[in-house]
Amino acid sequence: MTRIRFLATLALAAVSASASAQLSVEITGAGANRIPIAIANFEGERIVSQALVSVVRADLERSGVFRLIEPGAAPLGETVALNYGDWRSRTVDGVVVGSVLPLAEGRYDTRFRLHDVPKQALLVAQGLAHASTPYQLRATAHRMADTIYEKLTGEPGVFSTRIAYVVKSTGRYELQIADADGANPQAALASREPIISPTWSPDGNKLAYVSFEAKKPVVWVHDLASGRRHVAANFKGSNSAPAWSPDGKALAVVLTKDGSSQIYTVRVDGSGATRLASSPGIDTEPRYSPDGAWIYFTSDRGGSPQIYRIPASGGAAERITFNGSYNVTPRPSPDGKSLAFISREGGRFQLTLMDLSSRQTQILTDSVKDESPSFAPNGRMILYASESGGRGVLAAVSSDGSVKQRLSIQAADVREPAWGPFVK
Amino acid sequence: MITYFSRTFLAASVCVIAACSTTGGGGESEAPKGNLTPAPDQVRTIVAPETGLSKADLFALRDPASPLSKRSIYFDFDSYVIKPEQRLVVQTHGKFLAGKRGVKVVIQGHADERGSREYNLALGQRRAEVVKQTLTLLGSASDQIEPVSFGSEKPLAAGHDETSWSKNRRADIVYLGE
Repeated sequence: MTRIRFLATLALAAVSASASAQLSVEITGAGANRIPIAIANFEGERIVSQALVSVVRADLERSGVFRLIEPGAAPLGETVALNYGDWRSRTVDGVVVGSVLPLAEGRYDTRFRLHDVPKQALLVAQGLAHASTPYQLRATAHRMADTIYEKLTGEPGVFSTRIAYVVKSTGRYELQIADADGANPQAALASREPIISPTWSPDGNKLAYVSFEAKKPVVWVHDLASGRRHVAANFKGSNSAPAWSPDGKALAVVLTKDGSSQIYTVRVDGSGATRLASSPGIDTEPRYSPDGAWIYFTSDRGGSPQIYRIPASGGAAERITFNGSYNVTPRPSPDGKSLAFISREGGRFQLTLMDLSSRQTQILTDSVKDESPSFAPNGRMILYASESGGRGVLAAVSSDGSVKQRLSIQAADVREPAWGPFVK
Repeated sequence: MITYFSRTFLAASVCVIAACSTTGGGGESEAPKGNLTPAPDQVRTIVAPETGLSKADLFALRDPASPLSKRSIYFDFDSYVIKPEQRLVVQTHGKFLAGKRGVKVVIQGHADERGSREYNLALGQRRAEVVKQTLTLLGSASDQIEPVSFGSEKPLAAGHDETSWSKNRRADIVYLGE
């Protein structure tokens, strides 16, 4: 697991490091047809001080896809012979059993099996014979949850992924990285000036973001493992809205060096700035389609901010949104089939999803101030910034609108979320 | 340790000030890789921006009775059109600047909190650009004026209603060396 080193950077010397408060996750809505599963207490789990099974349960429950059935207090080991009839009478579809065995040097071997109750068969015969230190047990639990999720839904789970977001407290901005469940928050950067638009490199090793620490917006690229960072765009005027090309070699950025905000591409080292499009007004918020063919962006060239796309190599722009007078922040889904964006309707700014083949749209939230949507790498959930009780919170909604979560930190504003890619 | 710390901090502050003045020029990207300590030649650029403001200028800018004390131009939601009632402020500063080539200003564009942060950043930049264009039409030189944007990141009024929003949709004229 990559540990993120705290980086004390220039002009931030007087900002002291503080223990980061953790995001608490609250489930505010769940899917209608949830899969009933039971996750038994693991044999031997009591010997480890860290939570394991409870993390697996919390992951699966939070996804909104599963209904957790009370498994009973007795631990069920990896090789236990399951009484399928008994579980079927309790209408359970999947049962997870497992064992934790101590190894040398304070490490643990963790094994589990997933039983398909209706088929009376093993879906996972031997999951994750995995030696981990106590420190790694949480990661082990997330990987178990990923395996279980994938076996039962046919799609990869995202419990091992990470998220980035910005926490604002009085006079202080922190760019934080946490596990997808909000645990293990680490500050990658702290500043007295705003930080916006963090976005993950496709390999998950770097973040690009906009920092105002030089009293103007400048685009940085930050290596998370080493804590090293470099300026990717610092031209005259504003430098903002970085977006990674799918091959991770280039960034689309918005520069004002030649007038109003326009989209350029630069190599990740900051060289080779090339203008991609031309409009008399504002072009901003570029985002590559996953296949790299298109760049979606926001432009007011038609008189109000709307979403357009152009071929990534440049060319004619095609308008994508037509309803209403304010459609911004386009985010293509990982499969490239839909587009999340923020739409203003009757004074409310709401997360909206468009099917790119039919161009049908669906409003996914009932909030008033949604911003910055970010797809989970499996496309199932969309993380976004919203407001609750006058404070910035993060929220997540499934792409069908049924599952809802709220992630907040006590007494701080949380904003600008970015969901990281799958962990290799 | 303390000496090292304060020296690093001093150097860091210097670098920020240097990065702050980006008026004119080709605007090439600087990409220091990892090493954030400014090179000696960067440190030599620590001079405060030269002010071409005379004592009389400063008095005129600061006198609350002077029209020059009004420095903000307000805008409608999602608009960067200077409204008729806002023109006088721009004209006053335009005339003042036109005769004083040594005086430099930064136009700081802002937006209210609603909508996209990045779009608001672009909107604030556009507001600052529009004020710059008008000032140049009135006879100021382009290199006297640098437009920058803080988008919706630095609201003047903290409320979440139209009263606050209307104060935050603006461009401020900031005189360097004032």
